[in-house]
Amino acid sequence: MAEKRRKKASPRLLMGNEAVVEAALAVGCTFFAGYPITPSTEIAELLARRLPQAGGTFIQMEDEIASLGAVIGASIAGAKAMTATSGPGFSLMQENIGYAIVAEVPCVIVNVMRGGPSSGLPTMPEQGDVMQARWGTHGDHLMIVLAASTVRDSFDVTVRAFNLAEKFRTPVIVLSDETVAHTREKVVLPEKDEVVVVERPRPQVPPEWYIPYEDTPSGVPAMARWGQGYRNHVTGLIHDIRGFPTQRPDEIAHFKSRLTRKIIQHIGEITWVEEYFLDSAEVAVVAYGSVFRSALSAVREARKAGVKAGLLKLVTLFPFPDEEIKRLAKKSSLIVVPELNQGQIAREVERAARGLCSVERLGRIDGRLIGPKEIIELLTEVSHA
Amino acid sequence: MPEYTKLIHRYLRHDKKFPHIWCPGCGNGILLGAMIRAIDRLGYDKDEVAVISGIGCSSRLPVYVDFNTMHTTHGRALTFATGVKLANPSLNVIVIMGDGDAIAIGGNHFIHAARRNLNITAVIMNNSIYGMTGGQYSPTTPYGAYASTAPYRNIEHAFSISELAVCSGAVFVGRGTVYHVRLLDRLIEQACAKRGFSVVEVLTHCHVQYGRRNELGGPVEMMKMHKENAVKVEDAAKMSPKELEGKFTIGVLADREKPIYNQEYQAIRDRAAREAEGKE
Ligand SMILES: Cc1ncc(C[n+]2csc(CCOP(=O)(O)OP(=O)(O)O)c2C)c(N)n1
Ligand code: SF4
Repeated sequence: MAEKRRKKASPRLLMGNEAVVEAALAVGCTFFAGYPITPSTEIAELLARRLPQAGGTFIQMEDEIASLGAVIGASIAGAKAMTATSGPGFSLMQENIGYAIVAEVPCVIVNVMRGGPSSGLPTMPEQGDVMQARWGTHGDHLMIVLAASTVRDSFDVTVRAFNLAEKFRTPVIVLSDETVAHTREKVVLPEKDEVVVVERPRPQVPPEWYIPYEDTPSGVPAMARWGQGYRNHVTGLIHDIRGFPTQRPDEIAHFKSRLTRKIIQHIGEITWVEEYFLDSAEVAVVAYGSVFRSALSAVREARKAGVKAGLLKLVTLFPFPDEEIKRLAKKSSLIVVPELNQGQIAREVERAARGLCSVERLGRIDGRLIGPKEIIELLTEVSHA
Repeated sequence: MPEYTKLIHRYLRHDKKFPHIWCPGCGNGILLGAMIRAIDRLGYDKDEVAVISGIGCSSRLPVYVDFNTMHTTHGRALTFATGVKLANPSLNVIVIMGDGDAIAIGGNHFIHAARRNLNITAVIMNNSIYGMTGGQYSPTTPYGAYASTAPYRNIEHAFSISELAVCSGAVFVGRGTVYHVRLLDRLIEQACAKRGFSVVEVLTHCHVQYGRRNELGGPVEMMKMHKENAVKVEDAAKMSPKELEGKFTIGVLADREKPIYNQEYQAIRDRAAREAEGKE
């Protein structure tokens, strides 16, 4: 064992879906429930093999509604739990995602996006589910959504998703896409003991003092594990601090604003963006997911051609990094937003830029990736105009 | 206070704002009592019990009892229960559902839970109607009956919940009514004690949404109907089909053995760990 640790981790050839699995195991996920769907299936198949080896549990449910139900149940009972799916299955999960928000149940939902709507294009990439990830479940709510751009990202983002879910007692959605999921890359993954692991807050008081949905400075109440004497009630109805349904306006408002506050108060910790060449940039690209790669080479090429271009990569898509975009808009003449849809994040960028610079959409919807060339053209064309 | 009231009180949540939401005379309270008595006789520690429900009048039951409780989404209680039981096999998991909850929106989960055979007890309150939403027809509303969404009469054919459970592979299936309370207590106790997926179908009345619309009278008249039409399984075996017309059977409808999911999965873990070790 000791010998093994001293050995430097060697590079491995992995695809995005495999990196998600490695991350889940490294961060202590012990439960997976899912239903097969392209292009996410490898995650289920690998965990069917790996989880029982680690003493965890894999189960294939009868559909995606059941999958997320089982994940939420397992999390309530004390497990770190996740599921993975793609468009049609993600649609089926929406009601239970809302349940996890209201009952404050940590869980991770990986949506490997494929072309849609409906059965769409099962084996082709698209970034069409961005707004569904944000607003798919009914009701007024906040949502943490992270996007993975590369294989290594798939690992880091999955780890972060678990940690945010546990820390803030909320479902976290990881958006991957067909290209990221199935591209094989050489990566060096961190050793298990290098991975930061966050656990959910546990009650520090005896059962008779425990108030299951008590407000705390962080806004996140302690979560009891079932079977340890706390005997709390869990419900999707709006509830009071004891967890029992309420219709009192003061209790409703208090509950709902706490749910918002627990996220907003920690926005700095939740927001994850990466800057490339932005210090000296006049025009900027904002990209996420598989488009990031093309955007980065486009920016490099453009700089070679004398265009002062930079790139902001979004990992946290929601809560949307308003401040970061506003800052970018202030110092840029142009922001280009390439994405595999008709402007879902571009609209957010436009909103956050508040007219401080112009925003160009570059949407591709033919099932193909956006290449560097299309982005370069836009960058040079506009900056020469 | 009589002894049985004291017993019930011991298991209720006193910090919950009673009164409960059920209509006066509703059968759901009778099941609540039966479930508590069964748990008490089984001697379960409160911490070891998880009561999980879907959405509906009957599914409001968990909030009143002092166990680990969860009120989930409509039709999905068994899926949540599956996760709970897998993540903490030491919990005794009881799932409370209505007929619409278990068999309409949750029908797929129901048959697969029965097939899978986790050690879970499902109790279905069959009142032949959607109570909570105001009397729409359910998969157990009798052919020809009236419902708010069947104002001209119901032309769909009813499911037998117990038969569905038997066919889907539940290892224990019992049917009782809220009139035959002693039998009900016993069935729930047997179902909980049974290792594997057990089902108790409880025939009950919703006089408010179903009885009134079909001129069946109040709770007393409706319970009388249950009394008059119920035939013990043992007696039914000696009766002719003609004699059984319009009747239904109560008692234990299935009791058999099948490997239990949690145990099977432990064997999978052992094998997986062995094979992984062998590779290193
Ligand atoms: C997804 C979804 N669809 C519809 C509803 C509305 N709804 C609430 S309870 C219910 C039916 C309840 O009937 P049943 O399960 O038979 O239970 P009962 O109220 O009769 O005990 C319905 C349709 C809902 N809550 N969720
Ligand atoms: S509506 Fe029917 S099922 Fe619901 S509480 Fe009233 S009597 Fe009971």
